[in-house]
Amino acid sequence: MSVEAIETKSDDVLISSAMPGDYYRLMKPRVMYLVIFTAFVGMLLAPANINPLLGFIAILCISIGAGASGSLNMWYDADIDAVMDRTAKRPVPTGAVTPDQALSFGIILSVFSVITLGLMVNWLSAFLLAFTIFFYAVIYTMWLKRSTPQNIVIGGAAGAFPPMIGWAAMTGSVTIESIVLFAIIFLWTPPHFWALALFRLKDYENASVPMLPNVAGERSTRNQILGYAVLLALSGILPAVLGFASIYYGVFSAALGARFLWLSFKVWKNGSENEHYGFEKKLFGFSIFYLFAIFAALGTEAVIMRVIG
Amino acid sequence: MAEGKFTQETVSMTDAQKKAQRSRNIIIALVLAAFVVLLYFGTQAKLGANILQRPL
Repeated sequence: MSVEAIETKSDDVLISSAMPGDYYRLMKPRVMYLVIFTAFVGMLLAPANINPLLGFIAILCISIGAGASGSLNMWYDADIDAVMDRTAKRPVPTGAVTPDQALSFGIILSVFSVITLGLMVNWLSAFLLAFTIFFYAVIYTMWLKRSTPQNIVIGGAAGAFPPMIGWAAMTGSVTIESIVLFAIIFLWTPPHFWALALFRLKDYENASVPMLPNVAGERSTRNQILGYAVLLALSGILPAVLGFASIYYGVFSAALGARFLWLSFKVWKNGSENEHYGFEKKLFGFSIFYLFAIFAALGTEAVIMRVIG
Repeated sequence: MAEGKFTQETVSMTDAQKKAQRSRNIIIALVLAAFVVLLYFGTQAKLGANILQRPL
């Protein structure tokens, strides 16, 4: 390119000031921690052993794959992230990272994480990881999120895959146990996000994201939260029913499920006269604790069983 | 993101841009080195004794 040609384009050229931390934030670290945790529990529960280094590589690839889909999500959603309070400070809307950089980063991490997982662990888990990234970035982010209020119901599948991938990394198979782990997160996602959507209604309205409360109304959302809470409480005890967790886990998960149901019932009963959305906020907070506690209990039991054989 | 300015054939970067570029380069180097080490030992762990089986 000649100097003249460069000079004429000088106004278009941008030089990145992005720091490594900006790229790290593109990977949605908090989501990544949850993915690492649930995938690790899936691995612990699996009836197989793996070389510790290969186990570490599996977890690393799954978490990087999750980070990649986060980056692709931020690339595509920059326009709506910019108008929502919760997301306005993300690296792309603030201009710390350009959309092209976020896209390249997401694609490179996707390719490396999937191929490394396939070569180092097995190709079934690599396929599931690739499918998860595709599901989150394309099916959820590009298609469902802006077109249907059932967005997070179907999109929630992407967040539910990590324990199944962890299980597949260990055993090379998908079995009923890993499907139950998938189901717990899948059924947990709608009440978790709809509780948030109820008290962040304006945010989603401003961004024109068709969340259930904006489209179907608060009453319908509260009904559906209660419905999913029933299914979640039941699926939470399935590991004990199917025999891959103990009766102690069964009692613990039943108690957590009962609390989840109670808060969902309060959300259902209290309708829109409760202006401060106290129960919705409580349910949202408890839902995070619920998922953590369920998987922590499953993981702890699996460790104990592995230690005492 | 700040705009860079062209001075004749080259682009002059601000101090902040230089610092950011250096930080990114260091991290990329570290990540690539870690990736190579991980693949080296990962391959040994994966193949074990089979690593020496090379059909002629």
